[in-house]
Amino acid sequence: MPHQPPRYPFIPPNDPGARHPIVVVGGGMVGLTAALDLARHGQPVVLLDDDDTVSIGSRAICHAKRSLEIFARLGIGQRLLAKGVTWNTGRVFAGDRQVFVFDLLAEPGHQFPAFINLQQYHLEEILVEACREAGVDLRWSSRVVAAQAYRDHVTLAIETPQGRTTLHADWLLAADGARSAVREAMGLDFVGKIFRDRFLIADVVMKAPFPAERRFWFDPPFHQGGSVLLHRQADDVWRIDFQLGWDADPETEKDPERVRARVAAMLGPDVRFELEWVSVYTFRCRRLEKFRHGRIFFLGDAAHQVSPFGARGGNGGIQDADNLCWKLDAVLRGTAPDSLLDSYDAERIPAADENILASTRSTDFITPKNEAAHAYRDAVLSLARHHAFARPLVNSGRLSRPAILAASPLNTPDDAPWNGGLPPGTPAADAPLEDGWLLDRLGPGFTALVFGTSPTALPEGITALPLPAEGQAATRYAATAGDVVLLRPDQHVAARWHRTDPAAIAAARRRALGHA
Amino acid sequence: MPDLTLTANLEDPDAVFEALMDAHRDLDPAASRRLDARLVLLLANHIGSAAIVRQAITLARTSG
Repeated sequence: MPHQPPRYPFIPPNDPGARHPIVVVGGGMVGLTAALDLARHGQPVVLLDDDDTVSIGSRAICHAKRSLEIFARLGIGQRLLAKGVTWNTGRVFAGDRQVFVFDLLAEPGHQFPAFINLQQYHLEEILVEACREAGVDLRWSSRVVAAQAYRDHVTLAIETPQGRTTLHADWLLAADGARSAVREAMGLDFVGKIFRDRFLIADVVMKAPFPAERRFWFDPPFHQGGSVLLHRQADDVWRIDFQLGWDADPETEKDPERVRARVAAMLGPDVRFELEWVSVYTFRCRRLEKFRHGRIFFLGDAAHQVSPFGARGGNGGIQDADNLCWKLDAVLRGTAPDSLLDSYDAERIPAADENILASTRSTDFITPKNEAAHAYRDAVLSLARHHAFARPLVNSGRLSRPAILAASPLNTPDDAPWNGGLPPGTPAADAPLEDGWLLDRLGPGFTALVFGTSPTALPEGITALPLPAEGQAATRYAATAGDVVLLRPDQHVAARWHRTDPAAIAAARRRALGHA
Repeated sequence: MPDLTLTANLEDPDAVFEALMDAHRDLDPAASRRLDARLVLLLANHIGSAAIVRQAITLARTSG
């Protein structure tokens, strides 16, 4: 039974020409996440989507541990975990042989697995529901057709089933995808490259004996000369990506009989399956030069695009939302200067570049550009079968890792040596506590983790979380009794000390809020 | 940072050259290319340092 997309009604707005503090353009996974985050901070949010439903077809499927932690902060982590397919293991094959296996979450003591697989439409349905509960003003069938930026607001022209209307936004979040209408209206160009390769996506429904792990084949007997990627998703839906090569004709390749033959060759004659979705894609690795343009912010695919190998598109977009929303909230509340919002560029552009670099390298490995590249690729695969040293060279996708904002201007550098742990700019590590999980104990503002001592009076705007000086939390933060780690509202380390110094903590908080 | 060794360092240059020639005997050009690629990867791993491998790549490209 293929997925039946929900239909969200168009409700005629009763406020044409109104001015709103925050408008989000794009009701995809990134726009919905940003709207939910801002609404949970207590901000009124209008979200415009050009469609009347969630994502159609097979798009983002792998949601990384960090994304799940962000979703948990937004109240839907456990729902996603329950609905998704958990996996930590990846298996790589070359020809008819296994090359190696990797475990992405080798150590216990985390609330969330390395990844869950969940169709984007399921994620978005859950996000829509949460947005409704949080009071987001969701406006479906509302297509932005023009945007005009002014010094202190943005004016949008919107096409609806009842004709064209206008609204104004003090702040605009453009999360409207790779073909962003806001980006086009602003005349902004991407910097980067297109890859000359085509991939076939088939979502098939089947009861299959494969375990829930990522499987990647280079040049398998059932698809010679190409690569194949297999992921299990919710509802017994499996996602298969077949590399086709640049010369393949997309229309011919989408013929269901042809796709069925490919899938049957892979699964063998005894596995019954149904096709739920077929599409052919090419991809780009590129980004905007800047993600902030005055009162407009670009998030997700509207800001940057990557190849799918590594699940860095959706997970990168969720981290964009996580990074921006607390800052915008702080500026709107008057606790931070406007310049804090410039740090969205300072922090997320290096993160996007890291994702672009990783996914470009994976693509170059999967699709060798010339004879020499092919020889090296095959050399890596054949060496990897026999020798462990070559396995780290096999690149079937470097799976999304949270960005470490090491060079952020919001960080307060260590003023004493630390023996490991989490340097400023690192996302907080989860750890089991006696009565739950560390990350679940963090509030919406700044939190100071205080190890082994009862917290003395902390500066205003900081909540203390006392933690034992022994155990997994202390180990992960390399903390001993008396240490303090200051976390930002997006759960990134702002600063850390081997002492409780209220003046230093207050200064680090001010710096993390963008006060010079 | 150590530099790529550019002084004569081979214990027995003629024997090493001969071993390379022997390795390629009977191989067609495609198989030779794959053999060389495996050899480069084995030696690069032995060296370990990305900086030294890059120096070697630069020298190889400019010494043609």
